[in-house]
Amino acid sequence: MFNTNINFIGNRNIFLIFSSILMIVAIGSLAVKGLKMGIDFTGGTLIEVGYQEAADLNALRNTLDQGGFADATVQNFGTAKDVLIRLKLEEGVSSADLSNKVLEAINKDSKMPASLRRVEFVGPQVGDDLAEDGFLALLYSTIAILVYIAWRFEWKFALGAIIATFHDVIVTLGFFSVLGLEFDLTVLAAVLALIGYSLNDTIVIYDRIRESFRQMRNKSTEEIMNISVNVTLSRTIMTSLTVLLVLVSLFFLGGEIIHGFAIVLLFGVFFGTYSSIFIASPAALMLGVSPADLIIPVKEGSDLDLLP
Amino acid sequence: MQNTYPLWKNVVIILTFLVAIIYALPNLYGEDPSVQVSSAGGVAISQEQASQIEAELKNQDTNVKAFEFNNGRVLARFNNTDDQLKAADLLRDKMGSAMTVALNLAPTTPAWLQMLGADAMYLGLDLRGGVHFLLEVDMDAAVKQAEERYNDDVRQALRTAGIHYQSVAKDAEYIKVKLKSADDKPAFMAVLNKDFRTLDVTEPAAQDEVWLQLSEPETNEIKKFAVAQNMTTLRNRVNELGVAEPVIQQQGDNRIMVQLPGVQDTTRAKEILGTTATLEYRLVDVEHDVQKAVEGHVPVGSRLYYEKNGSPILLDRRIIVTGDQIVDASSGMDQDGRAAVFISLNGVGAAKMGKITQANVGRPMAVVFIEYKIDTKIVNGEKVRHKEKVEKVISVATIQGVFSKRFQTTGLDSPQEARNLSLLLRAGALAAPVDIVEERTVGPSLGQDNIDKGMLSFVVGFALVVLFMAVYYKLFGMIANFALAFNVVIVVAILSLLQATLTLPGIAGIILTVGMSVDANVLIFERIKEEMRNGNSPQSSIFAGYDKAFATILDSHFTNLVVAVVLFAFGTGSVKGFAVTLIIGILSSMFTAINGTRMTINWIYGNRRVEKLSI
Repeated sequence: MFNTNINFIGNRNIFLIFSSILMIVAIGSLAVKGLKMGIDFTGGTLIEVGYQEAADLNALRNTLDQGGFADATVQNFGTAKDVLIRLKLEEGVSSADLSNKVLEAINKDSKMPASLRRVEFVGPQVGDDLAEDGFLALLYSTIAILVYIAWRFEWKFALGAIIATFHDVIVTLGFFSVLGLEFDLTVLAAVLALIGYSLNDTIVIYDRIRESFRQMRNKSTEEIMNISVNVTLSRTIMTSLTVLLVLVSLFFLGGEIIHGFAIVLLFGVFFGTYSSIFIASPAALMLGVSPADLIIPVKEGSDLDLLP
Repeated sequence: MQNTYPLWKNVVIILTFLVAIIYALPNLYGEDPSVQVSSAGGVAISQEQASQIEAELKNQDTNVKAFEFNNGRVLARFNNTDDQLKAADLLRDKMGSAMTVALNLAPTTPAWLQMLGADAMYLGLDLRGGVHFLLEVDMDAAVKQAEERYNDDVRQALRTAGIHYQSVAKDAEYIKVKLKSADDKPAFMAVLNKDFRTLDVTEPAAQDEVWLQLSEPETNEIKKFAVAQNMTTLRNRVNELGVAEPVIQQQGDNRIMVQLPGVQDTTRAKEILGTTATLEYRLVDVEHDVQKAVEGHVPVGSRLYYEKNGSPILLDRRIIVTGDQIVDASSGMDQDGRAAVFISLNGVGAAKMGKITQANVGRPMAVVFIEYKIDTKIVNGEKVRHKEKVEKVISVATIQGVFSKRFQTTGLDSPQEARNLSLLLRAGALAAPVDIVEERTVGPSLGQDNIDKGMLSFVVGFALVVLFMAVYYKLFGMIANFALAFNVVIVVAILSLLQATLTLPGIAGIILTVGMSVDANVLIFERIKEEMRNGNSPQSSIFAGYDKAFATILDSHFTNLVVAVVLFAFGTGSVKGFAVTLIIGILSSMFTAINGTRMTINWIYGNRRVEKLSI
């Protein structure tokens, strides 16, 4: 189906400008608006309750107000029957048994008792630890990948792959920031999975470039890159499609809890594919990759035969 | 002879497939609601007791589906949860506090599979419902308690050695001993050298003083012991609560993770896990004036306490017995209908109690209830650990006669309080206070919801990929689909074998693996197509396709694997579950997508003339 010959590398400036704009918007939103951190990182209490019929959120807000939980936020979760109540860590309030008090308060004089579906309480110490572990996970996976690619290929490729991957991560985080979606532990796991996926895609193309470098000695670096991206294009798109298929299923059928996870990967896989095609190779090219970096050293004796 | 696998390769692949099917099989069987009975003390239940329990259940028409007795535990299976709850209530009544009755979901794996060690996957709390707590042990309090203990011990040692001292007092840093005269110092130093080697000794300028401090190794030892002791106590308490398959694990230096599957009453669970309530028995000081003590003149040998109604009372500084000498406790009513705790002491405690009561008939004795309460509050943006030791005298009674081993204590507010206190006394005290720093509770309805939704999105996602591959790659696509199914079976089998915890993100990981593991086949098939376009024969295209794609698959999967491993190392709870399925999925997909498909393709096309490939 895809027997293409598109000049991806030649038109790299268009895509580099497009990506630069995306990155600026993403970083801008992250700087100004920031990410809406979930209680995994900020600490706090989250209570999900289920009703038999559609819940009356205003009545619930009033009850909570009167019960002394003035700054509880109340919203539907997934369906009209499910309600999510969030409480921040507060000055001077002990937090460990807050959830029990809240449940008591809302069921005290309600004709329609709510059943407890889920409670998550994260103390401030734990929130800090989880955030630190998350950051370390990002850092160490980046380093590990850098080392691996530098070993298997060459440092310019490693850097190019990291640039393309960071592009995907930043754009995805920016997207989360712009939409004000909540960033929790599961979403962080999805971001790490995205790093793995995006690299996988990039590596396949690099692999082909390496192979072509060794076979097509009479072509320019740019030409070789273009051919490599084109011949792997159908594979790149096919794999992205199968992954997107399962993610769409997860997004629509997996339930509210897994939504953030599915969104990160849906968006991330799309941009991961884009960056593998349009960003990764130009980045390596601009870093000065040349066939000489990857050519297997030829034995001296055989060299002589080629001379006229 | 192109594109044939040697016999051994075929055999290995087929055997792997069969073994994977066997170990994945238990997951197709459901679970029975059941009641598990074990003895509270951790001793195995005897055959007699088991028969008694069985008879008890049969008598009461509880519709037992099956009754099993092994490993010193009794398991009764039921057809529905109503029967299960009825039987559990019945057994709790009949068996008393000697037996622990816990609700459980027992897998219905057939015996022949169990014989092979095959089990269903272990479901995480987000799928089966239950409570997860992370408790932080207050190390400072543990050290402080040890310092207090040393303070008393040093004073006692001075007395025993006949060394006169002016004061033994503890400040923020040191236990400061001030002797009557500097001449006694060598004698005291000798005592320290003999019995208190774990203390660091500082000699200040004042000749009659010696300052003592816990040594570094001793402090570390105390901390380690505090966590270990707390784990033991928590395990006892959880057993008392009646939870099947609890998980109690140390996490980091000072945290303990407690997971209680199936527990819904989190209020009681928190009360039981978090409190450090214990009792102390002391004689009442009747010789000194309480009023003067309230004004600040507390006599040397006494301490000032308050009763529940707020009135002050002077008690002897020396303790008769403490909570750790209590070997058994049960709750009930005394003859006047008041809530009471019935106490049994160990040998040492009983001897001491006997001696004291004998010498003090007619004198009043007090029971002190001690509880540590800790809270983490935020004050001015800083996290402040607020800790309070609550000591109150719950009862004062005149010693009517000599008693030692068994007696009762009243003065508790409610039967519930008596019940909790007796449970806590039985399970032992916490060596140091704990603070709940994380809680995650999942209700049973949500757990089932998560399973259903996870399964549905898996089935639909799988079907979409299968359809897509079949349409696009025809026969080769179908072969890849079989490999994909094979991959899922292997992932499930390995998860079951490892008994790794399956969480909702874990299911998402399996779904993601389905999408990603066809990647290897896409790489191979595209390469085969390319070889054909370049004018190669079908046979050599198959060979070259697999050959050339292999290095690429290795490189691309390896980077993916690196990320998953990092995720596993740093992830906690459900995220770890995601990393586990991803790691297993990536590894096994390399096997199925390369070797599994190659074997099938070799069967179909290998070793014959082929004009055209269905790809």
